[in-house]
Amino acid sequence: MASLTINGHNVTVDAAKDTPLLWVIRDHLNMTGTKFGCGAGLCGACTVHLDGVAVRSCQTQFGDVGAKKVTTIEGLSAHGDHALQKAWVAEQVPQCGYCQSGQIMQAASLLSHNPAPTRDEIVEAMTGNLCRCMTYPRIVKAIERASNDMRAANDTAGRKA
Amino acid sequence: MSKHETIRSGPEISRRTFLVGVSAAGLVCGVGLPGVAEAAAAFAPTTWYSIGEDGLVTVNVGKADMGQHVASTMAQIVADELGATWSHMRVALMGNDPKYNDPVLGAIITGGSWSTMMNFDTMSRAGAAGRMALTEAGAAMLGASADQVVAADSRVIDKKSGKSVSYADIVKSGKASKVFTADELKAIKLKTPDQYTLIGRDLPQIDIPFKVNGTAKYSMDATVPGMLYGRIVTPPVRYGAKVTAVDDSAAKKLPGFVQAVTVEDPTGTVTGWVVAVAKTYWEAAKAAEALKVSYDKGPNASVTSESIVAEAKRLQAAPGGELFFKLGDAAGALKSAAKTVEAEYTTSINIHAPLEPMNAIAEIKDGKLHIHCGNQFMTRSCAIAAAAVGMKPEDVVAHQYWIGGGFGRKLDGDMMVVAAVATKAVGKPIKIVYSREHDMQMDFSRPLVYQKVSAGLDADGKLVAVNHDLVSAWATKRWGIPGFMGNSADGHKQALDGFAVNGSDFFYSVPNHTVRTVLNEVAQSATPSGQLRSVAPGWTFWAVESLIDEAAHAAGKDPAEFRLALLDGAGDNAGAQRLANTLRAAMGLAGYGTKKLEKGEGLGVACVSSQERGTSSWTACVAHVAVGADGAVKVKKLTVATDIGTTINPDGVRAQVMGGAQWGMSLAMLEQATMKNGAIEQTNFDTYTPMRMADIPEIEVAIIANGDPVRGTGEPTVTVVAPALANAIFNAVGARVRSLPITTEAVKGAMKKA
Repeated sequence: MASLTINGHNVTVDAAKDTPLLWVIRDHLNMTGTKFGCGAGLCGACTVHLDGVAVRSCQTQFGDVGAKKVTTIEGLSAHGDHALQKAWVAEQVPQCGYCQSGQIMQAASLLSHNPAPTRDEIVEAMTGNLCRCMTYPRIVKAIERASNDMRAANDTAGRKA
Repeated sequence: MSKHETIRSGPEISRRTFLVGVSAAGLVCGVGLPGVAEAAAAFAPTTWYSIGEDGLVTVNVGKADMGQHVASTMAQIVADELGATWSHMRVALMGNDPKYNDPVLGAIITGGSWSTMMNFDTMSRAGAAGRMALTEAGAAMLGASADQVVAADSRVIDKKSGKSVSYADIVKSGKASKVFTADELKAIKLKTPDQYTLIGRDLPQIDIPFKVNGTAKYSMDATVPGMLYGRIVTPPVRYGAKVTAVDDSAAKKLPGFVQAVTVEDPTGTVTGWVVAVAKTYWEAAKAAEALKVSYDKGPNASVTSESIVAEAKRLQAAPGGELFFKLGDAAGALKSAAKTVEAEYTTSINIHAPLEPMNAIAEIKDGKLHIHCGNQFMTRSCAIAAAAVGMKPEDVVAHQYWIGGGFGRKLDGDMMVVAAVATKAVGKPIKIVYSREHDMQMDFSRPLVYQKVSAGLDADGKLVAVNHDLVSAWATKRWGIPGFMGNSADGHKQALDGFAVNGSDFFYSVPNHTVRTVLNEVAQSATPSGQLRSVAPGWTFWAVESLIDEAAHAAGKDPAEFRLALLDGAGDNAGAQRLANTLRAAMGLAGYGTKKLEKGEGLGVACVSSQERGTSSWTACVAHVAVGADGAVKVKKLTVATDIGTTINPDGVRAQVMGGAQWGMSLAMLEQATMKNGAIEQTNFDTYTPMRMADIPEIEVAIIANGDPVRGTGEPTVTVVAPALANAIFNAVGARVRSLPITTEAVKGAMKKA
């Protein structure tokens, strides 16, 4: 039994400390947007944020999360309207969609640390996330679109301020 | 007989097929999907959709949607004839109710790039039926005559007065209630392509919003009350092992552990599996690790990839097998040919590895076996699962979900079998989730295929003979559905697996052409194979398109021009001209013959049809590679042109073609599974390595759609890339590679020979 801060909520979970965070999120908290793909940190389908940084939740033990804030795809934005989510729709990225929560969380971490990544920086940040449908070219385009949109929004906000 | 009297499996599959093999029935079982409103007092002019009082149209989709957006495609076809507003369209995924059988295939099955072409007519008629009923009712409500109203944007509009009434209001009035008979549907006059309003437009796919916010439900995400988890323990060989003892003493000490179930499977789908049942997934995983299972490893414990190849070569050298195709006298023509080219081509075992590992929930409730599983072949999979627990197909209620990648893997029902056996043994609903290791090692893989092909050229360098032998496991034979087996060219009934060989009956005009297919029993037993995206054309075109290139070079001709000359569309090869045009289009886009290439660079071409001649689309690729002195290949660009007749959603087609091209390159360059001691050696994405973002080349796609009947698009691009790459490598450095995947070592070795 331990507490967890996830998507802004404090919850108490009755799970063994060595349980991967992935299964705490999916089975104990019934939040299924975060996906199981490989169980070995090789595909990125389970990517969530710990204090804003992308991690593989299948490789993160529940007992090690402590006070760090967990963010999942369900908590990335209030209404599914993060610039990346909008860009993903605009570029019609997903095919089967199974990897896309992880892709979006990985990309969100990238853009929060590097708002204007180059093509090479996008590839470097994203190449650990496998997409078996191989939607990669559209993922690149969507990240570029979101980056542009976010910076344009910031510019507008800056001018207003 | 003329060559196309040869009966092949594929589009000829009839309803009888499934009466012979399985007869499934069930209850209506659509899944509630996010954003799908329950339709109240709905109007349902056919089984394929209903319209609610809110005007929302819910299309009942019998196809498995595994990312090809087929649900959205069905909705787009319906909406065009129905005159519905796109934003009003919803979809519901159907389980195993035969009411939703494919109208051509007579079963609930998704594969072969067949869905759109085989359902276009039915969905169009369904849409038109609704429009007719709504128009009639709407005209009455408007006090207008039937010929002065039109339907558009989910409204019936009086052209004279400009007044209109919405579909929602018509449904609410209860005045539209006509249900169409089969004959009435058949009599409907459909739109001509110039009248389409939604077909051919890049409409947003219905499933995408749910897939960017985590709410799309896959069966991995399903739960039922009181459910336990089952983690499988698999034997040290892929197939043929028996469990001799299970020691659960250590597992019993672990929290959450419930029971170990040895899977006795009378259907033979799985052998030697045990399920550790526990309260949570993680507890089941730990319990599985703690089980000590003893095995009799069975007859395949010494099989290796090498022994499969050795057996294939032995079989190829001997008489036997079945004649898939025969035109003229290939053997005689080869003997009298001025020049011959002979080559062996191999492809490795490949693993589907959809990102959603295999999973299923089974629950026996009120005499029914409920199965929650994203599956491509509900009719067969559910029947097999029922048989595994002594129930009947009609006792199964299947619940379909969005599928996290299928690629043919989810045509099989092993996950359902295991869940059904476990739930029967334990008496509670059980969710089975394979680990990635289980998913890879217990894949129904693409078989290792050995092919030996000979080409004969006359004195003018014209291709006059092709003799083609293939030796492989026969995936479809394993299914045990007689109707899926094809007749041989010399009259043996249901004697061969056409899905192991089709594509070899190419559209080139070659007067003497023989194809023989031989079942490799060693591979059949040790590597139970399945259908992997594009299936046989994934290996037949590897051989054919490599051989054609080798023959062109032997004749001293440009390989592209050599192909174009053979694609004359003569006789039974009508349609080949369209293939020639895709090749010309790809060549033009890629700058074939005009592009300045650096030393070590080359362009290679290939062109392919699709799974069956009768379902053919037309696809060509120009690959641009740079080969280093060490044999390392960099793919600089893939240029693909594809002619699919009509596009329903061009953006969706581009997505499939782009994905297919990358799949083709991934299989050609990066993906290889091997067998050792009867087991697949690769266990996860560190050793089985599909393409990642860093590997993608520049890809350019041209879609050709001239209004011919719509054809499938999910698979053909997969098959064209490997031979285009090998042909480009040859043009770059003179190295001919004949085995997939193409490795740096193989290229370097071939460079030494060149």
